[in-house]
Amino acid sequence: MSAAMAAEIHYQTIATLAARLAAGELSAVELMQAVIDRTRAVDDRVRAFNSRDEADALAQAAASDARRSAGEAMGPLDGIPVALKDVIAVEGQPLTASSRMLADFVSPYDATVVKKLRQAGAVLWGRLNLDEFAMGSSTENSAFGATHNPWDLSRVPGGSSGGSAAALAAGEAIATLGSDTGGSIRQPAAFCGVVGLKPSYGLVSRYGLIAFASSLDQVGPFTRTVEDAAMLLQVLAGHDPLDSTSFTAEIPDYRAAVCAGPRSRRLGIPKEYFGAGLDPEVAAAVRAAIAFYAAQGWEIQEVSLPHTEFCLDTYYIIATAEASSNLARYDGIRYGHRSQSAGDVTELYEKSRAEGFGAEVKRRIILGTYVLSSGYYDAYYRRAQQVRTLIRSDFLRAYEQVDALLTPTSPMPAFRHGEKADPLAMYLCDIYTIGVNLAGLPAISIPGGFTQAGLPIGLQLIGRPFREAELLATARNYEQAHDWHQRRPNL
Amino acid sequence: MPGADELDIDHVAALARLALTPEEKSNFSRQLGGVLQHIEQLRKVDVTGVEPTAHAFPVVNVWADDVARPGLTTAAALRNAPAQRQNLVVVPKVVE
Repeated sequence: MSAAMAAEIHYQTIATLAARLAAGELSAVELMQAVIDRTRAVDDRVRAFNSRDEADALAQAAASDARRSAGEAMGPLDGIPVALKDVIAVEGQPLTASSRMLADFVSPYDATVVKKLRQAGAVLWGRLNLDEFAMGSSTENSAFGATHNPWDLSRVPGGSSGGSAAALAAGEAIATLGSDTGGSIRQPAAFCGVVGLKPSYGLVSRYGLIAFASSLDQVGPFTRTVEDAAMLLQVLAGHDPLDSTSFTAEIPDYRAAVCAGPRSRRLGIPKEYFGAGLDPEVAAAVRAAIAFYAAQGWEIQEVSLPHTEFCLDTYYIIATAEASSNLARYDGIRYGHRSQSAGDVTELYEKSRAEGFGAEVKRRIILGTYVLSSGYYDAYYRRAQQVRTLIRSDFLRAYEQVDALLTPTSPMPAFRHGEKADPLAMYLCDIYTIGVNLAGLPAISIPGGFTQAGLPIGLQLIGRPFREAELLATARNYEQAHDWHQRRPNL
Repeated sequence: MPGADELDIDHVAALARLALTPEEKSNFSRQLGGVLQHIEQLRKVDVTGVEPTAHAFPVVNVWADDVARPGLTTAAALRNAPAQRQNLVVVPKVVE
């Protein structure tokens, strides 16, 4: 029996479980029950879920088993439990964005990614905690309480998709979905020791994803292996007429491409990603990964992304500007929280929003409103969009020399709850991930080692636009020669 | 670029339709002052002649065919309404 077969069911991969389901060794109901049992055993400590509907999940699993016995299984994801960040709409289920504003909201329709998961036969399992409206890097900004890192419960799981990363690391799902606006998939994946993929902007539909910053938001998978990420991306990717920024890109067979291995072997190391503030243990892990690729015969080149130091400011102008506009819809009128103490309609808006939003959301709405306001628009918003052009050009110039970039995902491993009380200190956690969103590139965080204290370290690989297959193959090259991704926390 | 001390919190909160407590006003002014000070460094970038980027991969003029397709039922559309009566959302009076 292989190591993967020996692992507890709730810790197995999609690839293994798909084979076992297909072989009839395991039913989808048994699999779902194993995940439910595990979740019941650990989630009072991890607190990854905002809500879950066990009966609904078991009914979906039973339907999967019925399809399979009728010879109508819908593909490798049929019967695999996938849990979702609580910003992705599932018809008839709660959708809160971890905000009091949407505490009682029930989705009237399915997100496109949810429709695609249903068509693939996946079992939709639970809504996962996040920083309110995906604004944060620690999942401490949730109106429903913080999520805990399964590797050390006194530490944060990262954010904003902290519930998605923690649930997977704790064995409470077989895969999860998150969303990434400035690093919200990759940084929690790094903190929790799992694989997290942010696809190219436009590869995956945003229809049914609660909007934060529309020119940056992307939905993507959390998985235990790079191969699993390829399998899930296969289902998620593709043009959607319901998302006007959806891109018409050719969708290859990701799993086949990943298993075939990378076609090119030129890796760039951006020198600006190893500056002050980088934790020495994280730096050492990245250096070891560079040495690994070099030993495999990859051509390693130092490259420069000269506008890196301006990414954070550019991001916080653009993201808050878009957020202030997107969140204007929460006015207490048609849905969401409505203040019971308001007189006229203006007061109804102002009080509903004051009562419904938490501190970080309010801060960002204020900043975004300010940078868009009359007299400041050119100085802040327009200038940030111009710098965004320069940041994007830096990456495209680097790709004239290399095929992928290797960097740390986060400057530090998971920090303690309450450690980053100052907003600016929290924002600085994202310095290695936000450039990717501004440039619209695909990037993945994979397990790249552990600190002396036993905390996971993430490696980030950044690829060319819409070349996810090549990026995943590059990541798998490292993964296959290391066993970090097979380690599990003691829970 | 304007100075970091110019954020008029009362004015911006009114624009954002956000009722802030005195404590929030003082905290946000201080915290966002720090963020705006950090943002000042964007002044150093020479953006002469640089086109702004709104989207990484601009797709323009995306049209949908003008064809009716099923939408939400009235009941589904009203399900999340905070107050409703006779298939309508109840709102405060806006005309005298």
